Amino acid sequence: MVTVEKDFIIRTKNVDFFYGAFRALSGITMNFEKNKVTALIGPSGCGKSTLLRLLNRMNDLIDGTRVEGEILFEGRNIYAPEVDPVEIRQRIGMVFQKPNPFPKSIFNNMTYAPKLAGIRDSGEINALVEESLKQAVLWDEVKDILAKSAMTLSGGQQQRLCIARALAMKPDVILMDEPTSALDPISTAKIEELIDTLKKHYTIIIVTHNMQQAARISEYTGFFYLGKVIEFNGTEKIFTNPDMKQTEDYITGRFG
Amino acid sequence: MNGKTFESSMRSRYFKQRLFFGAVRLSALVITLALLGILAYILDNGFRAVTWEFITQPPTDSMTKGGIMPAIVGTLYLTVGAILVALPLGVVSAIFLTEYAKQGALTRIIRIGVNCLAGVPSVVFGLFGLGFFVVFLKFGSSILAGALTLGILILPTIIGAAEEALKAVPQTFREASLALGVSKWNTIFRIVLPSALPGILTGAILGVGRAAGETAPIMFTAAAFFTAVLPKSIFDEVMALPYHIYVLATAGTHIEETRPLQYGTVLVLIALVLGIDLIAIIMRSMFRRNKRW
Amino acid sequence: MKTRKNILTKRTEEIAIRNLFGFFAFLSVLLLGLILVFLFREGLPLFKQISVADFLFGTAWYPTYDPPEYGIWPLIVGSLVVTFFACLIAVPLGFLSAVYIAEIAPAGIKEILKSVIELLAGLPSVVLGFFGMVIVGPWLQETFDLPTGLNIANAAVMLAIMAIPTISSLSEDALYAVPREFKEASYALGATRYETIIRVVVPAALSGISTAVILGMARAIGETMVVLMVAGGAAAVPGGIFDAVRPMTASIAAEMGEAPFRSGHYHALFATGIVLFVITLAFNLIADTISNRFRETGSGTL
Repeated sequence: MVTVEKDFIIRTKNVDFFYGAFRALSGITMNFEKNKVTALIGPSGCGKSTLLRLLNRMNDLIDGTRVEGEILFEGRNIYAPEVDPVEIRQRIGMVFQKPNPFPKSIFNNMTYAPKLAGIRDSGEINALVEESLKQAVLWDEVKDILAKSAMTLSGGQQQRLCIARALAMKPDVILMDEPTSALDPISTAKIEELIDTLKKHYTIIIVTHNMQQAARISEYTGFFYLGKVIEFNGTEKIFTNPDMKQTEDYITGRFG
Repeated sequence: MNGKTFESSMRSRYFKQRLFFGAVRLSALVITLALLGILAYILDNGFRAVTWEFITQPPTDSMTKGGIMPAIVGTLYLTVGAILVALPLGVVSAIFLTEYAKQGALTRIIRIGVNCLAGVPSVVFGLFGLGFFVVFLKFGSSILAGALTLGILILPTIIGAAEEALKAVPQTFREASLALGVSKWNTIFRIVLPSALPGILTGAILGVGRAAGETAPIMFTAAAFFTAVLPKSIFDEVMALPYHIYVLATAGTHIEETRPLQYGTVLVLIALVLGIDLIAIIMRSMFRRNKRW
Repeated sequence: MKTRKNILTKRTEEIAIRNLFGFFAFLSVLLLGLILVFLFREGLPLFKQISVADFLFGTAWYPTYDPPEYGIWPLIVGSLVVTFFACLIAVPLGFLSAVYIAEIAPAGIKEILKSVIELLAGLPSVVLGFFGMVIVGPWLQETFDLPTGLNIANAAVMLAIMAIPTISSLSEDALYAVPREFKEASYALGATRYETIIRVVVPAALSGISTAVILGMARAIGETMVVLMVAGGAAAVPGGIFDAVRPMTASIAAEMGEAPFRSGHYHALFATGIVLFVITLAFNLIADTISNRFRETGSGTL
């Protein structure tokens, strides 16, 4: 283990990413600290979501893409040939922009992945469902309707279900791709509150369009522009006294 | 442009439009009437022939009297056999094409293959079935050979329907499952396939309808002129409704005499085939309406 | 963390599944090859007896005479003639009905008409053949005072009914695929609906419509039961639309039952099957090329 004063759970080293011939990311080097919230901000198409999806190998699903450089998760390159992306995704969960529950019951949404990961004991499963839903502050709302279809929940509830579903896999890291952009302000506040409590146990990396949100919930913020990291700093520093002129222009609303 | 010439030019433009729209509506009307005419005529003439005995009795008096029960049973065997062949193969092919295959030479070749297979004339399938299943594999003219031939015939239909159903499953379902650390195979088997199932079934039912009505592919591979008893094994020949119609209408010396039997058999076949199609059409619109995503 | 071995077997499993599925998907291509192999296996022996040219262009089809003659030119002409006249009916009706469904019909009628087309496609060919025999045939015979109502005209009408659904539904798909922006741009320039349809929508959908027509023709040329029952069965080059013909498909279907196993006649019917296969394959490949080129270049030809 390298001796550093901080415990970095994910480190990217000089990552380039291509869609065919188009270079979507270039030279991304970032360290994500354990049990902290890191926000990625920047205008649309700047590559922040692309980076997020590289961290759990979701971009594998897109034909004709190529990754260069290294992404180390607990010191291991997740793009090494012997690494199974399925295992990586079990340990690095993800929440998407639009809530995407399966058209199954709430209960089955929760148990789907844990069962496939090999948890068979029904007592253990039930406990896991309850614990995860409680962590996601959804338990009280759904405990009596677990057999109902997840599609009947409101948008905000669906998104918390998706978070709970990810938590049930007991991941180390949770990636969130603009998780509140499809939600109303009240649901957004609930999710932000939730993120704040979750960071005690989880590392959270969140992509957001909303700069106030980044300022409210994160310890670190990375500002992306045209596929590059312009500035990666403590959130407070970024929003009060950024090192780069471009960052200042963006957060003060002069472009983007 | 002054007002008058503008007006007259508009008049001629709208005249062309009326003419064209008239032709368009007429063509739709002609097609509808053709279908209704055929159905009404067959219904009107077949109605009297179709009785309980007609459906449950075998033919008698060298097929000039009696019913068509063996032909109904034979068609059911052949059709069920065909779908047993085509459904698994078709679904697996479609899964490969939509979920696994990357754009490339292999996919392109498979797609061309499926399209061309769909275009092979049914009588050529019959020849193939004869050359391959009946002669080469020594199945003889049998349910097995006929069902395999029909199965290959409807394979492209099933692949097409299954592909469409799989493509209609939102990408977010796949992403959600994969992001939870579920393997690709489990994602396909437990999330994608169940969501696509209604569409796949609809396609399968349409394939069944198609198989039930085909004549040429079974003429040399399975169909018998007349069998006194029902088939006992998959290596037996069978009577089949479409072939029975052809035989009654074209062969022998009793063509005029057996007209009622012909109309009755046509009605039963149409009821079977269009009934199956109608079920599929209704199922599809129901699923579209209840779509959960 | 799981053992490496466990992970490896899981990944091998995934790869195995993928390859297995790939194999089954490839089966369609294999089957196509297999069809060709078996057509050749049973058809090629004929050419020990006669040359390919005599087979294709010989005008006498007397397979049961002694000595037999295996010239399928009249059969090829028969197939082409009925297909041509069927298309004369089916292309305008199919195309216009597609325009109606895609551009003009109100929602309710559109749904009904789509079902009509689908049901028409579902009518078994033997039923259409039967209808042609008992209704269209006698009517033609009486109206035009003919020796027989089973002829090219009859076959063309019944074949057209078989080809209309293919042409109509595929054309409709092509018309639907034309972006709304094109139409809106045309309307905004003061064009009428007719002008918009004819000058913007149809040209933009032209490759799809061509594909539809070619596939409709392929359908007609490969159709068996209809021509077997209503084309009249005369293996001679026709002189008019009320003459009887014997298209290739009809000949195969009618004679295979009587041809002694692996006789010259049997081989000749398989060889006819090869010709039929090659013609329809060519049609399908052309259709595939057109629709594929369209996909790559968009509607740049507009």
